[in-house]
Amino acid sequence: MHIHRFEKLWIGLSLFLIACFIGIVMFGFTVLDLKVPGGDRSGKTVDPKTVMAEGPFSNPGVREAENGEYDVYMLAQKFLFRPSSGQPLVLPKGKRVTFHITSPDVIHGFEVVGTNINAMAIPGQIATFTTIFPKTGTYGVICHEYCGAAHHTMQGQIKVVPASEYDESNLVSTSAN
Amino acid sequence: MTFVDRYPDATRIVKASFIVAFTALGIGGLFGLIQALHRTGTFRGIVSSVQYYDVLTGHGVLLALVFTTFFIVGLYQWGVSRSLEREPENMTFAWSWFWMMTVGTVLTTIAILGGLIPGTEISAAVLYTFYPPLQAHPLFYIGAALLVVGSWLAAADWFWSFRKWRQKNPDATIPLQTYMVLFTMLMWYVCSIGVALEVVVLLIPWSLGLVTNIDPLLPRTLFWYFGHAVVYFWLLPAYFVWYSILPKLSGGRLFSDSLTRIVFILFLLLSTPIGFHHQYADPGITLGYKIWAVISTLLILLPSLMTAFTVISSMEHGARQRGGSGYFAWMGALPWNRPAFVGCALAGIMFAAGGFSGMINASLNIDMLIHNTAWIPGHFHLTVGTASALTFMAITYWILPQLTGRNLKFKKLALAQPYTWFAGMTLMSNALHRAGLAGIPRRVSEPEYRTVTYDPPFGTVSEMQWQVALGGTILFISLIFFLVVVVASWRGGEEGPIDDTLPAPLSGPEHSPKILDNMKLWIGIAIVLVLLAYTLPLADMVMDGLFSPGAPPSPV
Ligand code: HEM
Ligand SMILES: [Cu+2]
Ligand SMILES: [Cu+2]
Repeated sequence: MHIHRFEKLWIGLSLFLIACFIGIVMFGFTVLDLKVPGGDRSGKTVDPKTVMAEGPFSNPGVREAENGEYDVYMLAQKFLFRPSSGQPLVLPKGKRVTFHITSPDVIHGFEVVGTNINAMAIPGQIATFTTIFPKTGTYGVICHEYCGAAHHTMQGQIKVVPASEYDESNLVSTSAN
Repeated sequence: MTFVDRYPDATRIVKASFIVAFTALGIGGLFGLIQALHRTGTFRGIVSSVQYYDVLTGHGVLLALVFTTFFIVGLYQWGVSRSLEREPENMTFAWSWFWMMTVGTVLTTIAILGGLIPGTEISAAVLYTFYPPLQAHPLFYIGAALLVVGSWLAAADWFWSFRKWRQKNPDATIPLQTYMVLFTMLMWYVCSIGVALEVVVLLIPWSLGLVTNIDPLLPRTLFWYFGHAVVYFWLLPAYFVWYSILPKLSGGRLFSDSLTRIVFILFLLLSTPIGFHHQYADPGITLGYKIWAVISTLLILLPSLMTAFTVISSMEHGARQRGGSGYFAWMGALPWNRPAFVGCALAGIMFAAGGFSGMINASLNIDMLIHNTAWIPGHFHLTVGTASALTFMAITYWILPQLTGRNLKFKKLALAQPYTWFAGMTLMSNALHRAGLAGIPRRVSEPEYRTVTYDPPFGTVSEMQWQVALGGTILFISLIFFLVVVVASWRGGEEGPIDDTLPAPLSGPEHSPKILDNMKLWIGIAIVLVLLAYTLPLADMVMDGLFSPGAPPSPV
């Protein structure tokens, strides 16, 4: 089989380009710690029919974790986010916050507009990811997966305040589990 | 003597398939216009913001699933008959796959349109991805299953013709067009088994109420097992045109026969194991599988970049045959006044742009910036919506005369059509991409939110809105041009000599190693790669029971 030398060169350059792309993703993943949502750390699933009645999602909200970190347990349900619809979800600036999101009904999306926070809320699964808000301000939250007739009304807000002004009295106590 | 005189039976099947394809294209395109006007707030008087989702389901299903599949079976029947020089083996069998697909399409369409008619019980606003627990009327799923199974039988028909041909030609190389058809369809078998299992084993029993609850992650994963490879099912027929017809339309010949075969082999091997790249943001799938999906997805760039090389060098060869010269000046010598050529060439240019936005989508952590935003429809209107759709429309201008025995009518309108499509798509797609970067979501009838202000990195929201609305309108006008030309040429048109010859490649099949034709080998490797990618994650989801963790249905 005869391959023209220009074509060989082109194939070589293509493979190089592909290697660069893979390199960029891996660099982001390891050095910059740009991860994507995954399942619950324990690999656990939940029962969508009972998730609102028992376990951490029966009392959604922000919880204090070890080392000054925080956990957010959130329900994405038709057609609101709990917390963050109605009252904004308030979080401290510059702290590591781990989200745990699930849905009791259909698949929803969780997008924080203008950031790289992006996850699917799938009934039965817990989407888990850690993030840091480097700036104070209000962020819009949108459901970006079609979930039914009022999908386009499903929204929320996150308010990021300086860590010193963060009001811990709104935290959900872990003993409520 | 042209195709219709040599293969009158095949011609009937091809024409029937094209009729269904273009009907779907017309209705789906109208829905696209409604969406473009509605979601930008330009005009919201046609449907309500809830009915928007019925329309969007119709748009996705009629264009991405029906128009493509029917055009492809027509195009491939044409390619198999002319390159093997055979009529279909048995017309009863051929009509049975055609009608199976058509009845399936009608059932699914009834289920979708039912949602737009007040007072009917039937509806299916589940979008073309139909993620449960959103639940459609059972007709929707039954129709979809018939469409897929019908396409399997169509493929079986072509393998049947191939076997008969092989008995007469035991040592010959597989003719190139038939080779491309068979490899596309092998890939189609490997991938569509996923959606068939999803629909038949899980969704039909569930929509009929035989089981109450459904595990949303398992069907979603089976859908995307199919859902990435399906984009190559749309694209490879465009490649079929670019490799086997476009060089001739440019005035030259295909660059290399064996590289064409290698490209199709690479698609068969790599298309299916990469479906997880649609689930980067999903819980329930281990990061390791996502990383593996990044690597294999980026590898599949290789056959597309090779295609770019071959197609461009074949066009350059054609241009030089036509007297073109210089480094870039040869492009001016291409037949920019011939609709079939123009459509294919513009489709190729848009595909290059779509390829670049696809590299962003493939890049795991970068994808988080645009996952499920308007960027995504911006991307795939360049790929399936132009690279495939515009190529299909353009090549119709060349193939239709061979099916009718008459020349095309309204050649000027036909020439204007690809240019207007290109202009409309440039407006709509660039604006959708940028809207996505600003965080504007896809699949939403009213993207204005009380709690959200968008802060676009490039341009302003209102400027993007009018570009989408105007671009969508121009696209719809282009579609009308196309339909007018086709309807007028279907019966009318002058009789006369019809151009239907395809010259041999510069480097022909005599240089192709035999191993490239070894279908058993390549399908074997393809299956092994699929098993490696999918066995463990699927086992994980199935272990706790097919239908659990179970969520109750949510009819829409
Ligand atoms: C007249 C030309 C067209 C116009 C004006 C148009 C317009 C649109 C718009 C505005 C959307 C985004 C809707 C949303 O996310 O809310 C969309 C989605 C879509 N379009 Fe088109 N489109 C056209 C042609 C096509 C073609 C030719 C194809 C494929 C062959 C196609 C396939 C799709 C698909 C698969 C979706 C996604 C549906 C979903 O998210 O469920 N479109 N179209
Ligand atoms: Cu939603
Ligand atoms: Cu894909």
